[in-house]
Amino acid sequence: MSEKINFIIDGKECQSEEGKYLVDAAKENGIYIPTLCNYEGLKPKGSCRICTVKINGRFATACTSPVHDGMNIENETEELKDMRKQIIELLFVSGNHFCPACEKSGNCELQALAYRFKMMAPRFPFAFPNKEIDASHPKIIKDQNRCILCKRCIRGIKDEEGKSYFAYQNRGKDSLVVVDRKLAAEMTAEKAQQAMDICPVGSIIVREKGWDTPIGDRKYDKAPIGSDIENN
Amino acid sequence: MGRKITIEPVTRVEGHGKVTIHLDDQGNVTQSRLHIVEFRGFERFVQGRPYWEMPVLVQRLCGICPVSHHLAAAKALDVIVGAGMGDGLTPTAEKMRRLMHYGQIFQSHSLHFFHLAAPDMVFGIDGDPAIRNVIGLVLTNKELAVQGVMMRKFGQEIISATAGKKIHGTGAIPGGINKHLSETERDEFLKGADPMNIDKMIDWSQAAVDWFKDYHKNNKDFIDTYADFPSNHLSLVRKDGAMDLYHGVLRAVDSEGKKILHDVDYQNYLDYIDEEVRSWSYMKFPYLKEYGKQNGWYTVGPLARLNTADFIPSPLAQKEFEIYKAYTGGKPNNMSMHMHWARLIEILHSAEMMKELLNDPDIVSGELVTKGQKVNEGIGLLEAPRGTLFHHYEINGKDQISMANLIVSTTNNNQPMNNAVNQVAKTWMSGQTEITEPMMNAVEVSIRAYDPCLSCATHAFGQMPLEVSLYNANNELIDYKRK
Repeated sequence: MSEKINFIIDGKECQSEEGKYLVDAAKENGIYIPTLCNYEGLKPKGSCRICTVKINGRFATACTSPVHDGMNIENETEELKDMRKQIIELLFVSGNHFCPACEKSGNCELQALAYRFKMMAPRFPFAFPNKEIDASHPKIIKDQNRCILCKRCIRGIKDEEGKSYFAYQNRGKDSLVVVDRKLAAEMTAEKAQQAMDICPVGSIIVREKGWDTPIGDRKYDKAPIGSDIENN
Repeated sequence: MGRKITIEPVTRVEGHGKVTIHLDDQGNVTQSRLHIVEFRGFERFVQGRPYWEMPVLVQRLCGICPVSHHLAAAKALDVIVGAGMGDGLTPTAEKMRRLMHYGQIFQSHSLHFFHLAAPDMVFGIDGDPAIRNVIGLVLTNKELAVQGVMMRKFGQEIISATAGKKIHGTGAIPGGINKHLSETERDEFLKGADPMNIDKMIDWSQAAVDWFKDYHKNNKDFIDTYADFPSNHLSLVRKDGAMDLYHGVLRAVDSEGKKILHDVDYQNYLDYIDEEVRSWSYMKFPYLKEYGKQNGWYTVGPLARLNTADFIPSPLAQKEFEIYKAYTGGKPNNMSMHMHWARLIEILHSAEMMKELLNDPDIVSGELVTKGQKVNEGIGLLEAPRGTLFHHYEINGKDQISMANLIVSTTNNNQPMNNAVNQVAKTWMSGQTEITEPMMNAVEVSIRAYDPCLSCATHAFGQMPLEVSLYNANNELIDYKRK
């Protein structure tokens, strides 16, 4: 067993195991550090930057930073909260996220974060990009309007040989997460549901199944995202 | 010198519209028009979206009666997913949707009568505009105002319990419903603390009908002659001719009561109904094909429903229906202001239907969804508070919407509203040298009778600025007033 080490988050004395990722170590201590591209069981990528904290005064992503003895971490400062809110706002304006008609509403991590960070109108102009809906696969629909390019599906949804059902296409602002046509043709209903569940937004949706969970029973209907960690 | 009067925007209706009235050199009204000046584009931008999004997406057309759009879309999609033509749902799904719908009719009619229309009756068309509103009603007739507020609240709570939210819920899904009513919720509606229980709602609904009948007795001239003109009437009726606000066959009668559309299956509505586009309004003019653009227009809504139905299948409302019908000797009622009377009888019917459904064990248990062989086209109709609502969708082989046609209730009432405006303008404005606020309100009252949802959108109700501009024959502004 790894050695227990001591560290501080926002002045609170914390304990965890040496080398554990900071997001998980904080969670053990009842502290929520928001994440979006991170997903339990997948190797962290640190791409969305929403988990940015200050470790000993320097910015770092908490999902990729191992915790060490004596670290002093800032998490809930006004500066960091505003930076995180800006990232959320940028994600909203760079896609077409119309929560009122999205079936992921209530289960969407991006929406839940926007509520947590009290996003009202974004400070950035909406891009309103012209995005496609790929409805050509038998089990799922990939709505590019809502994709935030977090790569969770690429990293997490694989067949028995380890081939991913999803892949990046293009670069920069034209980047897309696309579906492997051949693999998707054989996709099981179970795998399709896993893909929908791993997607933090409503970009991957299982065909012909929307809104079967009533309002009130959805993931974030009763408590804000992160409160399960904080109230633990 | 000819003049043109513009009333913009029209107040105490849902959405934005304006009225123009043209006067000739002698000050006689030559032409009046109700213009709908908003453009929404829903039929176009839903194309490409997955079909199961429709009930949740298109209900955003409206913040007052979203349930109507929610359910009409769901009914159309029931057909697409092979759940029958309105008769294939599980008993639980059918009854939960009906409960949601009657809650919706109850709250929307209450909103219209107590908040929007009653001030004109209590204070008079020419009453002081400062108090001729719901606040004035609260100050002078608190009991009536409180009843209106609480009745609306009760309807909204029913919607919330069946759809998940008071506005823009998600209860209806293609082929069914996504929840039961809990026993706690049911018991609360049935036996909740006074006044929030269904028996009180029925009492208050009956009292509202009685209030109107009393008012009518003392104001016969106003109620009977105001915007009274012959019209065809169209609505859904149950197969046996009963009033049914959720499902049925399409029936139309002419102003004398002769059936001109014989209980047809609404899946074939395009065989019977067409829409005309006129250059001066974004709202189309529907008409019965067989009778043409000139004679085929019709009225929908409470007045039309009481004219087409043979009876109302709930005892108290049926009793009122008989009194109402006796007033015109069993003939169709063409008096626009009787729309309020008809609306109140429907409030009573909705309350009775809610009680019946709340006592039905199917709403707290049973299968929620049914599906069958998918097809690529579906049509869903129901009787929204303001009248017959049409939703028609086609999907492509990838489950995406390829065509949508929505004929909303207010669109169906386009021609009757224009006729009402014209008649009232002629009565109140012809030969007048000055256009006064009561005269402008008189025109609005005729529109309000139809409870139009001009944008069928989410708009705050309330006092909006009313502008009147007078133009001469050369379209030059010669006078302007604003309140």
